[in-house]
Amino acid sequence: MTEPLLSVRNLRLDIPTGGGTLHAVRGIDFDLNRGETLCIVGESGSGKSLTSLALMGLLGRSIKRNADRMTFDGIELTTASQGQMRKLRGARMSMIFQEPMTSLNPAYTIGDQLAEALLLHRKVSRPQARDRAIELLEKVGITAAESRLSQYPHQLSGGLRQRVMIAMALMCEPELIIADEPTTALDVTIQAQILRLLHDLGREMNMAVILITHDLGVVARVADKVAVMYAGELVETGPVGDIFNAPSHPYTRGLLRCIPLPGKTDRGAKLGTIPGIVPSLVGEVEGCVFRTRCPHAVAECRGDIPKREDGNHAFRCIFPDGKRQSEKELTV
Amino acid sequence: MATASTHDSLLDEITGPTPGQMLRKRIFGHQGLLIGAVVLIILTIIAILAPWIAPHDPYAQSLMTRMEPPVFMGGTWEHPLGTDHLGRDYLSRLIYGARISLLIGAVAALISGLIGTAMGVAAGYFGGKVDAVVTFLINVRLAMPVVLVALAVVAILGGSLQVVIMVLGLLLWDRFAVVMRASTMQVRRREYVAAAQVIGASTPRILLSEIMPNIANNLIVVVTLEMAHAILLEAALSFLGLGVQPPTPSWGLMVSEGKNMMLFEPWLVLIPGAVLFVLVLAINLMGDGLRDVTAPENRS
Amino acid sequence: MLQFILKRLGLALLVAFTVSFISFSLLFLSGDPAAALAGETASGEDIEALRRLYGFDRPMLVQYGEWLFSALQGDFGESYYFRLPVASLIADRLSVTMTLGVCGITFALLTAVPLGVVAAIRPNSIIDRVALFISVAGQAMPSFWFGLILIVVFAIQLGWLPPSGTDTWRHFILPTVVLGYYAMPAIMRLTRAGMLDVLNSDYIRTARAKGANERRVLFRHALRNAIIPVVSLAAVQMGFMLGGSIVVESIFALHGAGYLAWESIARNDLPTVQALILIFSMFYIVFTFLADVLNAWLDPRMRSS
Repeated sequence: MTEPLLSVRNLRLDIPTGGGTLHAVRGIDFDLNRGETLCIVGESGSGKSLTSLALMGLLGRSIKRNADRMTFDGIELTTASQGQMRKLRGARMSMIFQEPMTSLNPAYTIGDQLAEALLLHRKVSRPQARDRAIELLEKVGITAAESRLSQYPHQLSGGLRQRVMIAMALMCEPELIIADEPTTALDVTIQAQILRLLHDLGREMNMAVILITHDLGVVARVADKVAVMYAGELVETGPVGDIFNAPSHPYTRGLLRCIPLPGKTDRGAKLGTIPGIVPSLVGEVEGCVFRTRCPHAVAECRGDIPKREDGNHAFRCIFPDGKRQSEKELTV
Repeated sequence: MATASTHDSLLDEITGPTPGQMLRKRIFGHQGLLIGAVVLIILTIIAILAPWIAPHDPYAQSLMTRMEPPVFMGGTWEHPLGTDHLGRDYLSRLIYGARISLLIGAVAALISGLIGTAMGVAAGYFGGKVDAVVTFLINVRLAMPVVLVALAVVAILGGSLQVVIMVLGLLLWDRFAVVMRASTMQVRRREYVAAAQVIGASTPRILLSEIMPNIANNLIVVVTLEMAHAILLEAALSFLGLGVQPPTPSWGLMVSEGKNMMLFEPWLVLIPGAVLFVLVLAINLMGDGLRDVTAPENRS
Repeated sequence: MLQFILKRLGLALLVAFTVSFISFSLLFLSGDPAAALAGETASGEDIEALRRLYGFDRPMLVQYGEWLFSALQGDFGESYYFRLPVASLIADRLSVTMTLGVCGITFALLTAVPLGVVAAIRPNSIIDRVALFISVAGQAMPSFWFGLILIVVFAIQLGWLPPSGTDTWRHFILPTVVLGYYAMPAIMRLTRAGMLDVLNSDYIRTARAKGANERRVLFRHALRNAIIPVVSLAAVQMGFMLGGSIVVESIFALHGAGYLAWESIARNDLPTVQALILIFSMFYIVFTFLADVLNAWLDPRMRSS
């Protein structure tokens, strides 16, 4: 078995605030192989974006990052220098963000910004960079690519801008691309196209993709692996089939109940909700972070929660099935 | 058993601080505002009490005691800062100079404030042709080289306190007009104005009771800024000889009088300029502070 | 775009003429130009004769119209004092004033922009507070006082720079500082605010995600956007500098248009004053117009609208 491209163990992110330290991300582990698509799912504030920024080394100065291991192709990212990180960013690991309308510099042409992505890392001539830009614009499905080069961002629609962002992220043929909710700000009709594009490009270029989203429908379509995040922790990870067919963590099950699943949800059935709100993450968190909203919670959920693994499928729960059968089911 | 005071504080906890309390907290928490206000108050008190504080009559000339040095250069305490070329006590002139600067600043700001606010509010409220005319006038005024025009007019009418105040008052209304116009346009769109119109309130009434209170905070800020502006302009005009005329003790004039002896007696130039600086600085700090305190979201 | 320019131009001209009309009326209502021309020892009859000769007895509008007509052709009449054409008088002096203005704004930009950038990178740090202090103090300092202090310190005590005159480039250093410092606070604050704003934008994050180094991010990406309003502001400030030049030129005895203005006012040399007012306001109008154009040129979003 080849080494995973990306390997994260016990990533922790702490933000000092006026009222104490906010433990935004508390000990997440995951691996990603080349060419694989991992979807990180969770609600707003679960820490998904912070995790991706942590990988890229784009966190603000005030956020403290720690991990037992965070390697990209063998390079330890937590100890890498600024110079090393800059060499990786944009060249071997790329990222696209949620807001296409504001993610491009309004003062420069599309062509300039695309070329910059390449010229920062490769010694090529401007005409060569230009050609590559045209090539990628076409690859992401933008027609009349050559004329687009001299256009400015404000002259393009949101969907087009996001495609440009994708093209820009691909200029150096990265091995990993992180997409943080790339379609949330776009029309529903465009969403499907962009996600399809990302997935296909990933396959074609043997590129690993981390797609961050809160939309389970998307996950079903494009993911190889799924990681479910809640309030700074990964509550469940596994292959997409396992997650959808045999969700183990109560939160995952709750999420799946919230959306209609073709073939599973009965016509006319009520969609579920997960009552309660995300707890405050300031100060120490005791036990399972989901216990305040979990229908199966018991007193022991305040203690240590074991990680249960079955092949690639893992989840954290005090119950081996993620469900409370009876009082006697408690095993340590 | 809950006493009256604990009952009040319990009530406070439930209802939260009143806007008045929050404002007071912001005012006293703002260093610049406090320093500026305190200095300004001190200078104003000095100006008001000038006849009682000043050791001598600022106009009293005495050829026998001309050009005496100040105390720190070997002079006597009779004239702590020495005397000028006409034997007048320097310290007394300095103290009376505060009156001149503050008077000019306040009155000029008042006059230009009235003019500018009237124009700005009219333009902002009525829009259309009124706005077009006012905007045009503002542009005309901005294009005018103020110093030049002020100098010219003063030269024509003769320099004096009244003329300077009038000229400055008639020239410095531009910022008032611009800011009041913008504020009025902003407030005008709010719903309570529409509500007042719907119930048939007359225009003057709407202007007074709905618009004015909401632009008052901006107005105060501009008043302080233009007051400082007027003080600096008067000083410059007097320095150039075309402002307040001798023997009136204007600080700008004192700098001008002192500049010939600048090499040997630099304090003649340094001191009046320094007090001008302190006064204008205090007013600016206060103005900035007022802006921060009344609308923190406008903080640049 | 062309329509935009023409419309602005037309408006600008209208403003300029209104300014000149207002100043003409002011001066007209002033004293008696005939008396000023005739001199102090002239008799009432001499003054009357002069009045008829120069046409001062005609209605104001007629006089204005005549003046305007000539002015448009570049003829501003003759100076009462110098007995020379006003146009050539001003033309001689204008280069000094323009040089001073350009140097002043350059000085202001070269000091205020870097200060604003650094203050924005490290908000609330020592350098931010220093920058803020300079900005607040700069606005409060009377320019004539500042000029005199600089003369005392640099020209007299230290003897590094000459106190007055226009012979060498060294003569322009102190006047440049005095003229430029007044524009510094506004420029610094705008740069700082703009940079703070821009540095929080998404496209800066994108630039970093592409692997750009901090210097590139700061200058090529951030400053390029933040500087747009600053350039406009500088152009407008340049327009104001002509007014400020009066004080500076008289303190440093620089024979520019500002100094000429002061002299002419003191001598009641109305034609010169009149012409200078028009020229100064034209410069202001040109510079604000330039500011708008620069704004549109630097910001691609403004161009297409």
